[in-house]
Amino acid sequence: MGNSIMTNSMPENRLLELDNVQVQFPMREGLVKAVNGVSYHVNKGEVLGIVGESGSGKSITARAIMRLLPKNAKETGGSIRLRPRTGEEFELSALDRNSRAVRKVRGNHIGMIFQEPMTALSPVHTIGTQIMRTVQLHKGLSKADARARAVELLAKVQMPRPAQLVDAYPHQLSGGMRQRAMIALAISCDPSLLIADEPTTALDVTTEAQIIELLKELKSELGMAIVFITHNFGVVADIADRVSVMYLGRIVETADVDDIFYAPKHPYTQALLRSIPRLGVDQGRRLPTIPGMVPDPFSVPNGCAFNPRCIHAVPGLCDTQVPPELRFGSQMSRCHIAEQFAQTEQQEPAHV
Amino acid sequence: MTDSALEAPKVRDHKEDLFTAKPWQLVWRRFSKHMLAVVSLWFLILLALTAIFADQVAPYDPFKVQRLRTLAPPTGIHLFHEGQFVGPFVYGLSRERDPNTARVLYEADPETVLPIQFFYQSDDYNFLGLFKSNIHLFGVDDRREQINLLGTDDLGRDVFSRLMHGGRVTLSAGLVGVVFAFVLGLTLGSISGYFGGWIDSSIQRLMEFIRSIPTIPLWMGLAAALPIAWDPIFVYVLITLILALIGWTHLARVVRGQFMAIRNEDFVMAARLAGASEYRIITKHMLPSMTSYIIAALTLAVPEMILGETALSFLGLGLRPPVVSWGVLLQDAQNLRSISMAPWLLSPGLAVVLTVLAFNFLGDGLRDAADPYGQ
Amino acid sequence: MIAFIGRRALLAIPTLIFISFISFVIIQLPPGDYVTSYAAQLRQQGDYISIAQEAIMRQNLGLNDPILVQYWRWISNIVFRGDFGHSLEWNAPVGSLIWDRLALTLAISSLSLVFTWIIAIPVGVYSATRQYSILDHLFTVFGFLGKGVPDFLLALILMWIGFMYLHIDVGGLFSPQYQNAPWSWDKVVNLLSHLWIPLVVLATGGAAGLIRVMRANMLDELGKPYVETAYAQGLSERQVVWNYPVRVALNPFISTVGWSLPALFSGDVITAVVLNLPTTGPLLLQALKMQDMYLAGSFILILSVFTVIGTLVSDILLAWFDPRIRYA
Repeated sequence: MGNSIMTNSMPENRLLELDNVQVQFPMREGLVKAVNGVSYHVNKGEVLGIVGESGSGKSITARAIMRLLPKNAKETGGSIRLRPRTGEEFELSALDRNSRAVRKVRGNHIGMIFQEPMTALSPVHTIGTQIMRTVQLHKGLSKADARARAVELLAKVQMPRPAQLVDAYPHQLSGGMRQRAMIALAISCDPSLLIADEPTTALDVTTEAQIIELLKELKSELGMAIVFITHNFGVVADIADRVSVMYLGRIVETADVDDIFYAPKHPYTQALLRSIPRLGVDQGRRLPTIPGMVPDPFSVPNGCAFNPRCIHAVPGLCDTQVPPELRFGSQMSRCHIAEQFAQTEQQEPAHV
Repeated sequence: MTDSALEAPKVRDHKEDLFTAKPWQLVWRRFSKHMLAVVSLWFLILLALTAIFADQVAPYDPFKVQRLRTLAPPTGIHLFHEGQFVGPFVYGLSRERDPNTARVLYEADPETVLPIQFFYQSDDYNFLGLFKSNIHLFGVDDRREQINLLGTDDLGRDVFSRLMHGGRVTLSAGLVGVVFAFVLGLTLGSISGYFGGWIDSSIQRLMEFIRSIPTIPLWMGLAAALPIAWDPIFVYVLITLILALIGWTHLARVVRGQFMAIRNEDFVMAARLAGASEYRIITKHMLPSMTSYIIAALTLAVPEMILGETALSFLGLGLRPPVVSWGVLLQDAQNLRSISMAPWLLSPGLAVVLTVLAFNFLGDGLRDAADPYGQ
Repeated sequence: MIAFIGRRALLAIPTLIFISFISFVIIQLPPGDYVTSYAAQLRQQGDYISIAQEAIMRQNLGLNDPILVQYWRWISNIVFRGDFGHSLEWNAPVGSLIWDRLALTLAISSLSLVFTWIIAIPVGVYSATRQYSILDHLFTVFGFLGKGVPDFLLALILMWIGFMYLHIDVGGLFSPQYQNAPWSWDKVVNLLSHLWIPLVVLATGGAAGLIRVMRANMLDELGKPYVETAYAQGLSERQVVWNYPVRVALNPFISTVGWSLPALFSGDVITAVVLNLPTTGPLLLQALKMQDMYLAGSFILILSVFTVIGTLVSDILLAWFDPRIRYA
């Protein structure tokens, strides 16, 4: 299905487009459809937040873009296209994991930041060496130029004493500084797209805020787009322009950041928002939680994957048919009864 | 609208058995997926049985000398004689001398057909000092001919019979050595892991020290100090002790490592917070999570002991004839001349290799199965 | 770094003292002493000394002193005068007997260590990056076999194959005609044709174990996030594997060099006995069998000292190689 669309050209300001991407893991216990038909796009210079709990497939989708899927993963369909600043167009989904073409994209057009700054940097190389290797590879700089570039990059990510810390090993740095080094590494070749896979999850709240602030500055300074993957709605509100919510390998809702918070049209999004603790509201009451548990990946429920936990589920409809993508302007929801939410909103605007 | 959906999430009951399986069942289940380990287990069980019942399995007395049958090659077992099925039998051997070199030559004699008899009565033996008998698992009914599955040595003794009896000594030496090593390792390892501090670090130093000495020279040095005149049984015990003296460090390391790791685990803390006594924590919480590791480490220690015994005996510093062990048997295969004339004298070596491999596979399988996070 | 080396070197001193003590205890272990053996030797030659004379000899040689005093006399002779005592059997100073053989042992051991590494590292890396491929399975089988086959058995079998099928004469380091010949090209070739068996025997034993270690380390490291980061930079598989996980996986490898030395010396002793090499092995065995304890004890002492030095070197190498240890 995805392949036929390939002939269409992407809109002018489009940077990245995913269409019906599917990734499966054949396991002894059964087939895990980790990514089950995900489509989203990123425009130039915008920040797309992707929210979902662990196991929803958000990281696997990002790995599919980078062509860094685990070796036992099987891609069963879909297309991924990228058109970076240079104007070339890459059909990433057709590229092999180790192909020369994809190596030109990685680190050069797409930078990636990982969750654990502790383990995502090589423990036996200085951060300078790691940055230099990347710029030497893609920009063809000499060793001395590469080193100057590394110092410059470290200064750009507001690392203190960049000229000295360029020779530091990761274990000599604090968590926040390591993540800054990681960011410096990811943006070292001025990529058009930065994929940040839970970049602040392992950090404390103060450092998290600093890193978010840094990413926002870098984004406007370098004009790059960011795919920001997180499970934290608060962080998304801070940085994202648009938000996609994932549940069990599917995107259940995509909307502008305001619409997601003030007019959510999927019961899962609504439930997630309701379970965020807020100061001064509902004092003394228990925080609402989503009933039930995330189903195990070998037995995803029929129909809408969320239906066993959904307070609005319609028997006979939601547990048999996969909901289609319903659109409300720029907003998309995969819920059979999304219409109803749209109507109630008109009567009594957002209660969240 | 359909608020009833809020009620209890649907319970899936498949794989319920996995959730209620006891730890040992889980270990066994993972272990049984390890084909090589399972095969090794069966092989070792068989080996243990033949070692225990060596008197019965061996067709001959391992010390019986046959002057007219020295260095005879292995006898082949046949089923068909001149195109006719007669059941398992062996041919007799004719013995001649090469007219030029005067060397003894053996040739199968197609005239003499000797059917293999099962539960055959021949040489007397005293089974483990319990009772006397003369029933052997198999044999051939002839006053002069023999069945030598692995040939004979330079005194005409049946290598197969000697192999069976040697297995008894070698395997038991390995096991006894591991028991000694285990007692030492468990005691010192748990003292080290439990008390920590300077006791731990001095025991650690001692272990590092022992590991840093080349084992074979040290074994040799200690073994050479044993007077030759001593009783073979006593020498046997001392040799195993010497093996254990050096082999315990590995076990102690495993025990200590486990103790250290588990002591700080959350489940131990949880048990402590729940008010469990120290004794209960150790016996009910810590030991069960360690036993599988210790068993795996023990299994991996046996082949070390066996190799040690074999090497020492091979060099003539370990067990000495008349005791029969695999290492002692291999002494006969020490020089090129005997190997090229009678390659079957190397068969104890094959037995050592197979046994060591089986123990290694079994140990690896157990270790993988014991790791709750593996797979 | 220098402080680190100094600290490590200081730590090695008590170990050395302990080792020398153990060696001395081994020398003292057999019943009887130097005088008893000497008297026995004399008796064999038809001479005779009385019990009283023996007692006087003991007194003069200081054999009645407390063991610590005797130990001190022995070790101070070694340390300050390089005097390792007297070999009864050879009737010569131990020092004159051992150095040639030790040099040869060291040469063979270090050569086989190098071979071990040359085999084990690429094979281990290959096995880990191509896990469950046919070659990986093959190497695994090889690894297990190398673990299961005792050194001396491998030496015996190789010797047999060399003799029966390749028709070369094996054992020793030279064929008889070159034994006392001056060095020439032919002699070197002859040496190499003898040397390969001990090298193969020692390297297989070591490589088999190290391949398993390297493979396991690599599998651990390949799963770590920094490898993914390296891939995400656009590096090729070869660049990633050899620059990142191999670098890290080598660390435990280096730290076990210290332990592979004792194994190599052990292996050398027993292999040399089988192959009749003029290294320490046969002489040590001979000394032990004849209870020529000064000779045996000196061998054990020197081999152990080499091991301690090897461990020290491997620790220093590790610190030089791994920044996490250097700055710890």
